[in-house]
Amino acid sequence: MDITVTINGKTHTADVEPRTLLVQFIREQAGLTGTNIGCDTSSCGACSVHIDGEAAKSCTLLAVQADGCSITTIEGMAGDDGSLHPMQQAFMENHGLQCGYCTPGMVMAATSLLAENPNPTEEEVRLGLEGNLCRCTGYHNIVQSVLACAKS
Amino acid sequence: MTMTDDTTGVLGQRMLRREDPALLTGEAKYTADLPIPGALHLAVLRSPYARARIVSVDTSAAASMPGVTAVFSGADLAEAWAGPMPCAWPVTDDMKSPTHYPLAVGQANYVGDGVACVLATSASAARDALDAIDVEYEPLEAVIDLEDALSDRVVIHDEIGTNRSYTWDLKIEESEGDVDRAFADAAYSVKERYIQQRLIPAAMEPRAVAAIPQPFGGDMTLYSSTQVPHILKVMTALTLGIPEHQLRVVAPAVGGGFGSKLNVYAEELLCAALAQRTGSPVRWAETRSEGNQATIHGRGQIQDIELAADADGRLTAVRVRLIGDMGAYLQLVTPGVPLLGAFLYAGVYELPKTYDFSCTSVFTNMTPTDAYRGAGRPEATYAIERAMDSLAAEVGVDPLELRRRNFIPTASYPYEAMTGLVYDSGDHDKAATLAAEMIDYAGVRARQETQNVPGATKRLGIGVSTYFEMCGLAPSRVLASLNYGAGGWEAATVRVLPTNKIQVVTGTAPHGQGHETAWSMIVAEKMGVSPDDVDVLHSDTAIAPLGLDTYGSRSLSVGGVAIAMACDKVVDKAKQIAAHQLEANPDDLEFSGGEFRVAGSPDRAMPLAAVAFEAFTAHNLPDGLEPNLEAHTTYDPPNFSWPFGTHMCLVEVDTETGEVEVLRYVAVDDCGNQVNPLIVDGQVHGGVIQGLAQALYEEAVYDADGNLQTSTLAEYLVPAASDVPSIETGHTITPSPTNQLGVKGIGEAGTIASTPAVINAIVDALSGLGVRDVPMPASPNTVWRAINEAQGGQQ
Repeated sequence: MDITVTINGKTHTADVEPRTLLVQFIREQAGLTGTNIGCDTSSCGACSVHIDGEAAKSCTLLAVQADGCSITTIEGMAGDDGSLHPMQQAFMENHGLQCGYCTPGMVMAATSLLAENPNPTEEEVRLGLEGNLCRCTGYHNIVQSVLACAKS
Repeated sequence: MTMTDDTTGVLGQRMLRREDPALLTGEAKYTADLPIPGALHLAVLRSPYARARIVSVDTSAAASMPGVTAVFSGADLAEAWAGPMPCAWPVTDDMKSPTHYPLAVGQANYVGDGVACVLATSASAARDALDAIDVEYEPLEAVIDLEDALSDRVVIHDEIGTNRSYTWDLKIEESEGDVDRAFADAAYSVKERYIQQRLIPAAMEPRAVAAIPQPFGGDMTLYSSTQVPHILKVMTALTLGIPEHQLRVVAPAVGGGFGSKLNVYAEELLCAALAQRTGSPVRWAETRSEGNQATIHGRGQIQDIELAADADGRLTAVRVRLIGDMGAYLQLVTPGVPLLGAFLYAGVYELPKTYDFSCTSVFTNMTPTDAYRGAGRPEATYAIERAMDSLAAEVGVDPLELRRRNFIPTASYPYEAMTGLVYDSGDHDKAATLAAEMIDYAGVRARQETQNVPGATKRLGIGVSTYFEMCGLAPSRVLASLNYGAGGWEAATVRVLPTNKIQVVTGTAPHGQGHETAWSMIVAEKMGVSPDDVDVLHSDTAIAPLGLDTYGSRSLSVGGVAIAMACDKVVDKAKQIAAHQLEANPDDLEFSGGEFRVAGSPDRAMPLAAVAFEAFTAHNLPDGLEPNLEAHTTYDPPNFSWPFGTHMCLVEVDTETGEVEVLRYVAVDDCGNQVNPLIVDGQVHGGVIQGLAQALYEEAVYDADGNLQTSTLAEYLVPAASDVPSIETGHTITPSPTNQLGVKGIGEAGTIASTPAVINAIVDALSGLGVRDVPMPASPNTVWRAINEAQGGQQ
């Protein structure tokens, strides 16, 4: 099936198998491998992206369902001049990442969280990120990163 | 809250990580991200039975499917292997190890055991073809229970005739008989059984492999999501019969390991063998469900521990009997894991040489076990720390007080332990005092008096855990005494380039630990340059040919120290060049802040940058001195390093639902001098939550037929942010006297300390209800049952 998806401002048109997941489309058709795959049950959130401005796990959609959508991946977060997005910067300054594998999804989920609730409590951050798993940080510094970004 | 002593210079600064920008922007490439034109995709068909005879494998239908280039059964590839899958740790001379090939031949022995594989032009075509492979199985009875396995009622592997792999004893010859006497004479004794449930490591990046053969000449590059590129190179060369010098192993960005990537896996060998056979690149990426079945599991032990104590509650003897669950086969270091714990069953306590340890390990029809964050040491610490709480109840003293009575006194360091190993340094009272202050231990005890009254449904509990982490693996001679198949050294090269930029080549293989940042800080401190001027090269055997990789909290205390030593060698050489240029005696030169100065003549100086350029041009070097500034060190540590600390956990348990809420978690860790406290705290946070997850959430569950019930992340409960508390960290600093940086390790400390701290807190909360133990994971259901049982079924 032919679909057209805008990813990070660039239009991608392709003929995809109906069973192709959006995450596969992003990684294999668009070649944007910053969006990671961590599970096969939509449990881990490593593949989180923004679809029309809202965070979603890109393994929960078929690529064909995203036909006509505008998607932002982790590669689209930094400024054109290479400056980090404030959430990326907050993760760096608060050591909110170690191996980095959950990080793109975590950053996408966290920015979406702050868009909905610009001044969350720690508990609200923890609940807001419950769809994204991290095995390295124990979440402590991820939560601190999000709170710091909200404050700034 | 973070408490650290003041430090000066680069070391000890909370420097942000240089690794982060690439990871934060999606620029970093993990193995599955690598663009490899023309690669064939591997998919593995896995046994749905825990134990079954493979009667026949018909690959013909699969082979004719679109995109499929080849299909192989285990028998088809039997000739591809120069030897079976490697186990590097034959712990005893008579250890039994069943033959293990990347694909099973004749019999499959766990759910997930590879039976056949497909090569196809796309990953989906390869997976589709798996369904068309027709395997006829004859299901056989599976063995799941460890004691049932020990009975040999059903023998899993005919070729070895028993399920028993080995029995390994640690007995102290000079005190034979003293252990029995100590128990006979004990004023108090306790005997406990603890179950270390199986855990799934669940690094966020599933494993991935790509093997790329060169078109001519036979060279091959193997990319893998591994912690051990150097070990993988040796083992792949041996197993495939590839000359080692023609094999290059690269670990690109690696998304966590926790021991699960300290291994040599079937898929690595299959990719390499099939790339060699087909001449095409071959790649494979694990699905999470495959990973839960076919990447190693951790823990899996039955622990029987007995403590004897005198009238004051001081330990007089410890006896330990373990049954270790090896799973279906021995992987790289499977049999050695319980041994790593054998030295820690007296914790941080004084014990005469009255110690008796024996471990018998058995095969079962489950996924092979192997090293998982802490590897033997969390298990040991759990047993002694839980048993110390039982002993405290027996003696009738507060658990913290009992620990204080037993702490090895600071003045006794270095301390020769009951096992003969020497603990390098420690100040247990200081760490315990700081933790008690941070959590207001006395205040909590007072609150319990008013809160935990009869009929209370929200009961407060505080758990204490003190620990040693035997880390920095390891002195090679000690490893030899344990029959380990390799050494424990680490290699480093430090190279000053003509423009005074410095390249560091390390044999460590980071996968989240921030070595590039930390190693650059060590070099900056030693060489008087900015960390920004230091490049750290690693995880590619063509660039860093020597190394023993990253596991066992070894990287800093072995690999980092090797770098510091190589810096010293470079400075020594540079000093000769500077002295020659300054027309001074090398012995009169001082080096600090990146500059050589003649002692007493501050105007006679030469910066390292000028020396580096002189070394490069070689126009005017001392006679006989080789050009360039470069030095190599291979460091074999004289001892393990022994980080220690005290963790305390405060919980509230709802007796009506069994739900446990962790109110506070305090971790005081002493890892000696800290290179980067930011990274230290991060390691503690992650380790604590991983250990807490064992206590509260995680278990690899099998049914009686050997089917894994937790084969996805929807069923295996890796905790989310909303399931866990914040961590309050504190530190004491007791430098290690055995290395020049005074450093220990911190990678596994959190995991070692936290599991018993959490369970001790739960049992403490419920002790007034007669609860003496709560099995792990302490789910609401399990906690409720424990209360109900203690109440005689009246709950």
